[in-house]
Amino acid sequence: MATSTTIWEKLGFRKASGVTEAGWGQTLLAGLVSLIYFLPVLLIIITSFKVQNEAMSVPPKFFPTSFFGLIPDVYVFSPTLENFTSVFSRAFVTGGAVESTGFDRFFFNSMFIAGSSVLLALVIGTLAAYGFSRYPLKGNDTYLFIILTTRMLPAIVVIIPIILMFRIAGLSGSYPGIILLYTAFNLPFTIWMMKSFFDELSLDVEDAARIDGSSELRVFFKICLPQVVAGLAATFVFGLILTWNEFLFALLLTGIDTRTVPVAMNQAVAGGGIGVLWGLLAAIETLFLIPVFLVTFFLQNHLLRGVTFGTVKR
Amino acid sequence: MTMTATQQQTPGFLNVAPDNWKLAIAVGLAVSILAASLFPASASFWVVGAMVAMVAASIVVNAFRKRYYGGLLVSPAIAVLFVMNIFPLLWSLGLSFFAYQSSQQSMRFIGLANYSRLLTDDLKAPELWGNLTNTAMFTVLTVSAQMIVGFLLAVMFAKQFPLRRYLLILVLTPMMLSVVAVGVFFSYYYDPTFGLISQSIKAWNGEQFILFSNKTGAVAGIVFADAWMWSPFVMLLVLAGLVSVPKYLYEAASIDRVGSWRRFWTITFPYIRGLLMLALLFRTIEAFKMADLIILLTKGGNDTMTISYHVIRIANEQNKTSEGAALSYLLLFVVIVLTNLYLYIANRRSREN
Repeated sequence: MATSTTIWEKLGFRKASGVTEAGWGQTLLAGLVSLIYFLPVLLIIITSFKVQNEAMSVPPKFFPTSFFGLIPDVYVFSPTLENFTSVFSRAFVTGGAVESTGFDRFFFNSMFIAGSSVLLALVIGTLAAYGFSRYPLKGNDTYLFIILTTRMLPAIVVIIPIILMFRIAGLSGSYPGIILLYTAFNLPFTIWMMKSFFDELSLDVEDAARIDGSSELRVFFKICLPQVVAGLAATFVFGLILTWNEFLFALLLTGIDTRTVPVAMNQAVAGGGIGVLWGLLAAIETLFLIPVFLVTFFLQNHLLRGVTFGTVKR
Repeated sequence: MTMTATQQQTPGFLNVAPDNWKLAIAVGLAVSILAASLFPASASFWVVGAMVAMVAASIVVNAFRKRYYGGLLVSPAIAVLFVMNIFPLLWSLGLSFFAYQSSQQSMRFIGLANYSRLLTDDLKAPELWGNLTNTAMFTVLTVSAQMIVGFLLAVMFAKQFPLRRYLLILVLTPMMLSVVAVGVFFSYYYDPTFGLISQSIKAWNGEQFILFSNKTGAVAGIVFADAWMWSPFVMLLVLAGLVSVPKYLYEAASIDRVGSWRRFWTITFPYIRGLLMLALLFRTIEAFKMADLIILLTKGGNDTMTISYHVIRIANEQNKTSEGAALSYLLLFVVIVLTNLYLYIANRRSREN
């Protein structure tokens, strides 16, 4: 392992040194386990390239090609992109005109609502976590516990007052309403996570900066915040995954213009009256998976490091 | 608001300054009451909102001048949580003391009757008890499955090997799926005719296999789907703990010829205990609320009803809003007691070490 000193060690962090080297043997084992674990997702992706009767065929058709005749024809389906195009526009009645399904709008809504509410929760939650960590109030732990409590009740309990409140305020079916609601939905986790990050930091550096005459704002932005970037990334990913797939609030509080993909997906499943359109549903889910998959992939290193520094030493 | 400024210039209460929060509250209250009595609800809501914002702004300025940073930093989060969570929670707590159905306009105060009916009614009490035991069973089964699978996966990924980064993301993917898709596609895999499981069993012994034909099968199906989806979450937390163990501890242990079992309990476990506890806490809270997978897979059939699904049925499908609220407060009580017990044990344990 490389023994270069990283910025993290200079800042007094433990190096992630429990990692031992293993060769391709471990890759083989992990690859096998990962593939089995990934199999249900892989089947969804495969199904997205099938037409309806091939998706429900007995025996199941697994392979897009016969690999030059190696695989018997009963297991081979003919891949099609039809599902992906019909996500966005299709004829709702057989033989009818091709109409837009509005899914481009729903994808935009999902991205906009999830992205802005997670970022908003991150800003507000990080400030609050810093406050809870550095300037403890009277009954600090009680406040933190009450914040955690807000996540414990089934969502259906708070939803009725929220629906009434939104209706009075004219917020139902609008972006600000659902974004603010998701911000509140993400705050408890953000605060708990970021507080444990701030608790971890050594106070010496901050005190030294204060003695040198730095303002509180400068201490926060120039010293504390850069040290918890990994934590911000980890919290962002967790929040994004949870908000991206949230269903119940979205079902009851979004209008036709602000509908998110999970709600629209649920309607696409139920609609038609001829049972579930497996290929179409799989195509929606495959497309819907891509953005959050990419974000997780690119923030993956931060994710691991972030969780490590955030929670171990308490 | 500027009207009062010209009347008197006495310092103190009536002095118009950005940080005079007492005056702001007085003016805000007066204007809010006036607006609520004069304007319709939709307009007065925003007037009240503006007054609240004004009071908040004056308190913020006051806090900033007095260098009261703690309250200042926490206040935006508390405000959002109050409006979107705590206020609705209190509202539904209030509702639970009334006889109220969202389909009707009438509202009648009945005190604790909702609670006493749920706990003592000959029909409802056994049903509630049954749902509670189901919820407890699901929680224990899914959380322990997630902890075990997540832990084993983490051990596997705690070494550096080629392509690790790419294999790890494959294992993380289930967590990113929408629960609607997971529910619908597991019902596809479990389908008695074209589902993969039934097809492979039929190829094995030629019999038609229906997973959801009895309670054991239904519970196994639900637990499997939920554990599959959320084990990666546990894995991520445990993995973070495992890679943070300093290597020299293992080296020292191997020089002293410490057995692997003892090495795990004395070196590795202290590093992952905190994270295991965090994973356990968050997964238990979520498992207690489990409803969507059950709605999508069995619709509560074969005695797989959970308390959370029961609340949704009562409040949403049967429109018995206040009864649903009462039931979920009983649930909240159970969860708070359990969480406090858990935090107490966790704190005592960490103090011992």
